Amino acid sequence: MTDRLDVTESGGLPNPADAGSGEVIASPFPEPTPISTDPSKNAKVRPGDRIFRGLAEGSGVLIVVIIAAIGAFLLWRAIPALARNEENFFLFGGNWVTTDTSAMHFGILDLLQVTVFVSVFALLLAMPVALGIAIFLTQYAPRRVSAPLAYMVDLLAAVPSIIYGVWGLYVLAPVLKPFATWLNENLSWMFLFQTGNASVAGGGTIFTAGIVLAVMILPIITAVTREVFIQTPRGHIEAALALGATRWEVVKTTVLPFGLSGYISGAMLGLGRALGETIALLIILRGTQQAFGWSLFDAGYTFASKIAAAASEFNDQYKAGAYIAAGLILFILTFIVNSLARAAVAGRSKS
Amino acid sequence: MTATTLDQPVKAPTFQKLSLRRKVTNNFATVLVTLSVAIAVVPLVWVLYTVVVNGFGAVTSSEWWSHSQAGMTAFKAGGGAYHAIIGTLLQGLVCAIISIPIGVFVGIYLVEYGGGTRLGKVTTFMVDILTGVPSIVAALFIYALWVATLGFQRSGLAVSLALVLLMIPVIVRSTEEMLRIVPMDLREASYALGVPKWKTISAIVLPTALSGIVTGILLALARVMGETAPLLILVGYSQAMNFDMFNGFMGSLPGMMYDQTSAGAGANPVPTDRLWGAAFTLIVLIALLNVGARFIAKFFAPKKV
Repeated sequence: MTDRLDVTESGGLPNPADAGSGEVIASPFPEPTPISTDPSKNAKVRPGDRIFRGLAEGSGVLIVVIIAAIGAFLLWRAIPALARNEENFFLFGGNWVTTDTSAMHFGILDLLQVTVFVSVFALLLAMPVALGIAIFLTQYAPRRVSAPLAYMVDLLAAVPSIIYGVWGLYVLAPVLKPFATWLNENLSWMFLFQTGNASVAGGGTIFTAGIVLAVMILPIITAVTREVFIQTPRGHIEAALALGATRWEVVKTTVLPFGLSGYISGAMLGLGRALGETIALLIILRGTQQAFGWSLFDAGYTFASKIAAAASEFNDQYKAGAYIAAGLILFILTFIVNSLARAAVAGRSKS
Repeated sequence: MTATTLDQPVKAPTFQKLSLRRKVTNNFATVLVTLSVAIAVVPLVWVLYTVVVNGFGAVTSSEWWSHSQAGMTAFKAGGGAYHAIIGTLLQGLVCAIISIPIGVFVGIYLVEYGGGTRLGKVTTFMVDILTGVPSIVAALFIYALWVATLGFQRSGLAVSLALVLLMIPVIVRSTEEMLRIVPMDLREASYALGVPKWKTISAIVLPTALSGIVTGILLALARVMGETAPLLILVGYSQAMNFDMFNGFMGSLPGMMYDQTSAGAGANPVPTDRLWGAAFTLIVLIALLNVGARFIAKFFAPKKV
């Protein structure tokens, strides 16, 4: 409760209007057990009911089974390939050699680095913009304007990722070229902007890919954040206004503290989306034989784009197994990120 | 006491002017917040503009909607996207046929039966996880299950199965949301008349929520039709017609686009035109589904009492 009262600065005084405070004093008698309103309590269960319930419950179980099966099947199919791997799966970052299936060389170090780097870069670009949009749509814009604008932001999610990919490579990259070159020439003392393993002018870099990815994850972060911000209690906002807060101060003292966890979980969901993005990154990022060096002007493969790029090798169980092993790691990674995001939302709604 | 002191207010005015710092901060925040909306709208307009301008030429050619790419090369202009449109529609249709019953039933289960139970909570969590499963992982799973373990061929059906995994959670969410806003009174009135629960759900609750559910299904369909990752792994791209979901390579709009990027789009004008043409067609398809969804949501929604 305390965090909600900060605005009015009442310092934790008991509020008689709060639910619960009255009950303690005024209700010394135990509540009578409520009369059951369950319509089917003493009724005979009809066969139709049983079938329908079975179908519904079965579908629910099916979802749980599917998730378990994804993990189990990926693991099962990955093990034979992992057994023939000559390298350390987690620490090998070099080129994958899967032609000789009795002695394969593959590992995820490089993929993990590129995936995390490009996703975090995209997240850093998208987060402030998403926050701004959510604040504007819930606190600044009149309802008439905010509904169509919200729909437009949602439309960003409706554009297929392959279209973002070709737009990024053929349209956005040439526009970004002078900017990227300038960054590379003037700020190359910083590791982020040093010359990487891809041509800066070519545009097939993490720099371009990250910007496109930021656009792609913007709608999901915005949607989640907006949903939480709009629930800010009217009383908090009005209390802040009554104390003479400006519009921005209202946002800062009521909306942001109230919606912070929603914003964080939205960002985590966006991160999950970014980690698994396939085709846009496959089109934009140039494949490279050189090691990754933490520069925005590097290229390379993420988990997803590496797997998609190797689609032609899916004719042999050992070759495919190597990529399935990478897919398993990606699945675990997105599973963890998404669970954390949901846990943040769930923790919020309980308190 | 003179008149002049009476004119003076006893207290200082309650409303003080904003300090310059607060005013500047406030205006600065307003500008930033407004700017961020502009930043979001720019790429949307830019992407759509690019696709329409570059793709318009290709789709207005007479062959585009009626011919496939059979016999065409990257250096021979002509042909159309008929095979790809049919492929995308077929895969979407089969995917919808499988995922609609499952998705709607999960939604019914969560709202009408097991929302609070342990299984219900686990299911809700798993639906959330399924929402976040990357399309490439769904494709790998279907490959591991359908192709590697059960021994089926790579085919359009395998793609549909992978799309089912991506479509189910979206349908579940929208069904759940729609069923929740059906008033409890309707169910209680039905129970009071002695109607069994399954009949109450299928004859009272579902029809009331139907327009919302259909809207959700159309939006989910629009989302999965643009997926490319499963196509790469689960079916080869074919330039010719193929109506057979069970055998052979199959064309599709995203597949056609990806094929053009490998055929030298950007440098060579023929695949470039085809690339943007396919992109335009895909956008039109998705726009039609979105408009249809909004139309249904608006005109078939149950009347508010």
